[in-house]
Amino acid sequence: MYADTSASVRNGQIIDWSDPPETSLGQFRRMVIEGVGDGARLSALFAEPERSSEAFRLTAVLAWPEENALSVVSCPIGRSYQSLTPECPAAGWFEREIAEQWGIHPQSHPWLKPIRFQPPHCGEGGGPLARRAIGLADFFRLEGEEVHEVAVGPVHAGVIEPGHFRFQCHGETVYHLEISLGYQHRGIERALRGGPDRRTRHYFETLAGDTTIGHATAYCRAVEALGGVHPSARAESIVAIAAELERIANHIGDLGALAGDVGFLPTMSYCGRIRGDVLNATAMLCGNRFGRGLAVPGGVDFDIDAALAQEVLHRLDSIERDAVSAIELLFDAPSVMARFEGVGAVSEQSARAIGLVGVAARASGVPCDVRHEFPYGIYQFTQMPICTWHSGDCFARAYVRWLEVQQSLAFVRERLRSLPPGDLNRNVSELRANQCVVSLTEGWRGEICHVAITDDRGRFRAYKVVDPSFHNWFGLACALRGQQISDFPLCNKSFNLSYCGHDL
Amino acid sequence: MTALASILHVVLAITLSPLLLGVINRTKAKFAGRTGQPLLQAYYDLGKLLQKGAVYSSTATWVFRAGPVVGLAATLIALAFLPLSGAPGLGAFPGDLILLVYALGLLRFMTVLAALDTGSAFEGMGASREVQFSMLAEPVLLLSLAALAICTGKAGLSDIFASLPTLDSLQWVPTALLASVALFVVLLSENARIPVDDPNTHLELTMIHEVMVLDHGGVDFGLIQYGAALKLWIFSALFVGAAMPWRIGQPVMDLLVGVGGVFLSAVFVGVVESVMARLRLIRVPQMLASAAVLALIAVIWAVR
Repeated sequence: MYADTSASVRNGQIIDWSDPPETSLGQFRRMVIEGVGDGARLSALFAEPERSSEAFRLTAVLAWPEENALSVVSCPIGRSYQSLTPECPAAGWFEREIAEQWGIHPQSHPWLKPIRFQPPHCGEGGGPLARRAIGLADFFRLEGEEVHEVAVGPVHAGVIEPGHFRFQCHGETVYHLEISLGYQHRGIERALRGGPDRRTRHYFETLAGDTTIGHATAYCRAVEALGGVHPSARAESIVAIAAELERIANHIGDLGALAGDVGFLPTMSYCGRIRGDVLNATAMLCGNRFGRGLAVPGGVDFDIDAALAQEVLHRLDSIERDAVSAIELLFDAPSVMARFEGVGAVSEQSARAIGLVGVAARASGVPCDVRHEFPYGIYQFTQMPICTWHSGDCFARAYVRWLEVQQSLAFVRERLRSLPPGDLNRNVSELRANQCVVSLTEGWRGEICHVAITDDRGRFRAYKVVDPSFHNWFGLACALRGQQISDFPLCNKSFNLSYCGHDL
Repeated sequence: MTALASILHVVLAITLSPLLLGVINRTKAKFAGRTGQPLLQAYYDLGKLLQKGAVYSSTATWVFRAGPVVGLAATLIALAFLPLSGAPGLGAFPGDLILLVYALGLLRFMTVLAALDTGSAFEGMGASREVQFSMLAEPVLLLSLAALAICTGKAGLSDIFASLPTLDSLQWVPTALLASVALFVVLLSENARIPVDDPNTHLELTMIHEVMVLDHGGVDFGLIQYGAALKLWIFSALFVGAAMPWRIGQPVMDLLVGVGGVFLSAVFVGVVESVMARLRLIRVPQMLASAAVLALIAVIWAVR
């Protein structure tokens, strides 16, 4: 912890940003590199232009799990600075993003190339990564006899999001995989500037369609902090119920999809149906299967009355019964375990170095879960155990999902049975000017980090969104090293990362 | 009467083989708790494909266009020598089992050439897998048929299957049992079924057979799909020949029982696909090697 030169706050606590603490680049680098070495997670790293000058301000959010504290470190930089990535690999993709968005050159970055092929946020861009057609970049190449390259995507054979994957193979063995995304870039961060307005909430609800509640909650908590409003315990419980239903639905869907990828039909078909049942339960809460329109700054727009709670509880019983039989069948089938075990393993050491978050990190034995480490909302008053597994392979990622489904089911039941009284929605009127807030939530994929900075009028001067997929895509590339190329779809599904959450 | 049965068999095989796919899909749907696609879906698909035009890559040569046609012709040749229950092969002659196996080899050879002709990385990968696995499956097929041939002392497929039940049961039952298990494994492997390949997957990187025909479209693809259905019929008939050799004595009735057996083996395939996951590709050779061992034991039992 570096209290002297950085702001140390709780999750969702505001920091006065009218005069950010002065730090030199050297101090900044030391704090980030040593902090990550000492067990902090690099939750966000971004640049924004200074208000008064041509220069930029580089800001890092370090999350300290053991202290339940977030340090926000920032320093002024010019058009180039010494890259953090060689000492702190978790910064790799963040620095590529910074270079692309602002034309800032992180010197001696080991693999500097465009990340989304998006137009620069200001000026001509130029810089180290002049704008080019999407997908056109240097790919790492393996040379030698019988080495071959396989390019997959961005158009895939199934109905999935677009992304380009470049494999360097020798026979069936993958030596290197490089992932090139950006096809879903919509310019959300740019559109958020000057907000919040009537569209802002909807941007978050559709930022990654399967993480509607996760991102909407992170946004609402940021705005509530900036507006000085605390939602009631009832509203927080309802949001948490929806968030856990989202987790249950997606995890069950993923387990079914994993079964489908190895051709194990019974679990695939049943899980597809059960996922629909969970989504329908969400629809009973707010009229939308993905929970759109439920969470608003200051609380929720929909109440759960006793009859509805009973009905959802009743449905959860049949959901759990079906899920147990379908998923235990999956874990009991030797032919399935032969496909899952030992495939696509990521060691705990790699997981920490890359900065994996969420299910992928927990499957590698890294106990990280925002609900537990940086509790927010109703999680501050209830204990959410962290589910981990040690092997880091496809089995671990599947099994952690199943453990979490069971935990979440128990949590939702408990919350539905003991909904506290309270008003639903406390309006947020004005946001405070020149403040910065970091809002972390645990989406079903993992840690979601939103950083909002307001200007003199209390509008968003900068809004940084870090989806868990942004941390984890590189983990997928690493998991494939030395694996069979035919196991790629299985590994990919076991991570199940979001393309649009990454591309923003 | 037997000539009539032979002709009837060819007609039935040509008309009913796409129905086998429907039976497999229905079985899988039942296991998964789904309604499943219509039984005749394969016919609808073929009808649709035959009405479509085809797109050819500018880098592909005549080999690419010849692949599906020669492949289907080779499959039809194999069908002409295929016996089923009371119906001997239409053109049966001593030694026709070699011709049948190599007609199927020609089909594979043309499919692989057409796949390589596209120059796509996927298709090359699929071709390499197809050749690797069929290199192991072909000996199993030949060994199983050889075991039955040695057991009966006949060299023609039709004679082999016809004379099996006339032998002493201790002599033929173990051989036929082992050979039929080995033939069933070959059936799964050669027809791109789980646990070797997954006919329903959309994941290019895991496919074997499907990825080789990715670039074919329209009529060409229709011929390939139809050829695949016929191929499934041929392997099912061989399996039924070894597993259900009993005869009523009336050729046409026997043929109908045999056709029932072919559909029963499609149900088997559906069951296998429903209860187990696909093997990792590197485990497939082990499964084929086990089948080869079974076939070898069948040969040893037959020469004993």
